[in-house]
Amino acid sequence: MTALLEARGLSKFFPARDGKGLVRAVNDVSLSLAPGETLGIVGESGCGKSTLARMLMRLIEPSEGKVLLEGEDLLSLAKGAMRQRRRDIQIVFQDPYASLDPRMSIAQIIAEPLDIHGIGTKAERAAKVKDLIDLVGLDPSAASRYPHEFSGGQRQRIGIARAIALEPKLVVLDEPVSALDVSIQSQILNLLDDLKSRLRLSYIFISHDLSVVQHVSDRVAVMYLGRIVEEGPAEAVLGAPRHPYTQALMSAIPEIDPTRRKSHQLLPGDPPNPENIPSGCPFHPRCPIAQDICRTEPPAFRTAGASRARCHFAGET
Amino acid sequence: MSDHALLRVEGLTVGFNTEQGPVRVTEDVSFELKAGHTLGLVGESGCGKSVTAQTIMRLLPSPPSRIDAGRILFEGKDLATASQREMQKIRGDRIGMVFQEPMTSLNPTLRIGEQIAEPLMLHRGMTRAKADEEVVKVLKQVGIGNAERRLLQYPHELSGGLRQRVMIAIAIICKPQLLIADEPTTALDVTIQAQIMELLKALQKELGLAVLLITHDLGMVAEMCETIAVMYAGRIVETGRTADVFARPHHPYTHGLLNSSPRRAKKGERLPSIPGLVPPPGARGTGCSFAARCPNVLERCRAEAPPLIPQGNDAAACWNPMP
Repeated sequence: MTALLEARGLSKFFPARDGKGLVRAVNDVSLSLAPGETLGIVGESGCGKSTLARMLMRLIEPSEGKVLLEGEDLLSLAKGAMRQRRRDIQIVFQDPYASLDPRMSIAQIIAEPLDIHGIGTKAERAAKVKDLIDLVGLDPSAASRYPHEFSGGQRQRIGIARAIALEPKLVVLDEPVSALDVSIQSQILNLLDDLKSRLRLSYIFISHDLSVVQHVSDRVAVMYLGRIVEEGPAEAVLGAPRHPYTQALMSAIPEIDPTRRKSHQLLPGDPPNPENIPSGCPFHPRCPIAQDICRTEPPAFRTAGASRARCHFAGET
Repeated sequence: MSDHALLRVEGLTVGFNTEQGPVRVTEDVSFELKAGHTLGLVGESGCGKSVTAQTIMRLLPSPPSRIDAGRILFEGKDLATASQREMQKIRGDRIGMVFQEPMTSLNPTLRIGEQIAEPLMLHRGMTRAKADEEVVKVLKQVGIGNAERRLLQYPHELSGGLRQRVMIAIAIICKPQLLIADEPTTALDVTIQAQIMELLKALQKELGLAVLLITHDLGMVAEMCETIAVMYAGRIVETGRTADVFARPHHPYTHGLLNSSPRRAKKGERLPSIPGLVPPPGARGTGCSFAARCPNVLERCRAEAPPLIPQGNDAAACWNPMP
């Protein structure tokens, strides 16, 4: 089966604040997504997960590498052709407050992608908007109202309706439930799951919340300082992580059962500044099992089954 | 037992004056916390948990906020009627506070050392030099290495995790009896969250601190708190020992909240969710404010708000609790 989306050696370098160096926000990332799959991308702030997602849909131009959508090189497309292709990849943002224009009614917001791409007649577009409002579980009366009249969860439904209006093949979800309360979070996760099977969507699901990612993802990529450090089927990567960073992330999740309080495997220090990435394995200053080789030699991926981890000692702990 | 309560909140009812008239934000909130114990006050946005914490500290400007009823007994003294001058003596000395966003709670124009020393100079009349000796000790206690260098830095030079450690240092330097921590790890990355949680746990034991933890994170309560009080729409809807409430929640809201966590769900299954939305203050109606979302709702629920009723080992404000 050909991949729906493939990234090859994707990098993004920004000039550093001092004007001299480079910030390697995303560094040599390769991944692929099969049709119908959900790929979770996890990592802490500054790991490059949002930059990566934006490069995949060319909202940010990569410094190096390729993005292939159904085999077609997106970076080779001229502006008009890229705009056409963007119908197939849509995005839902984290902040449902900031991503909806407060001056537009809900019907206008959801219709905007249809208008821009000149889809159907005016009447057909209006009917489509009505269907979408229904599909994401909003009341029909929502159409004539404005974003400020809605709660966070409802606004996220509006953002989702806008993203699926063009019947995309792939939806990038950038922290779609992070701003929401737990009881609302589960409503939105269920909605995303319904839409995925009804509309045969594929998802790239970006989150810092591992329990959410574990629930929704078929495959997971863990990022640290601009690189993928572990990637593979969700059960393998999060169920039996082989990279010490993934292990620490899993261990950091508070246990929700008070009878099973655990001791956390704590990582010392903070994630380093991406302007000044440590030599060798970038994780070595915080790594509980770092050896001499880790300080000097960047590890390549070691594979085990369908998953791979970028660690000299992957799977040995 | 309640004679030994360090903090006893009784019937706390807080309102705000708004353009639409007065609005009740919390209603009849009661709980107690014994010296050296931990209580988690949990709930979703707008449930009144932070208003409760800030009212205990008397940090809400009045107007627009008002304490409409209730008492806040701390070491036997009613903070609800205390003057601001009296509160200034208690805050930072007997009660320490840690907030969610360390960047907005630290003064960006003052060096770290000065901010940590301030409570000692204020409450203990220490000189700066004398206070600095304590500051170096407390920095070690909160796990900040390189103390001498850190003292001279400004908040913007520190990472989020270090800033939160500085906040904790300020909160504990006068050796308070009570620490109020309002979403102390919410703004932090997962690995840093775990660091701060472990630090709070260690300090709580070491200093015999009572901790009132305000959070939306049930996992954090499960790990840190002996007792839990769940808030919904301004009221405490369930309270008891954390182990009991988690094992057998009686209020349908607590039940729904625990089940909707993806941590409890099986992969690929639909997450149990609570339909509908939290009613905003001012639109909570006369009956139980959870009635409109509740799977167990009875006729009575819409008419009459239930008080906390003992259920097994805990108590739930529900006319038709989970078995």
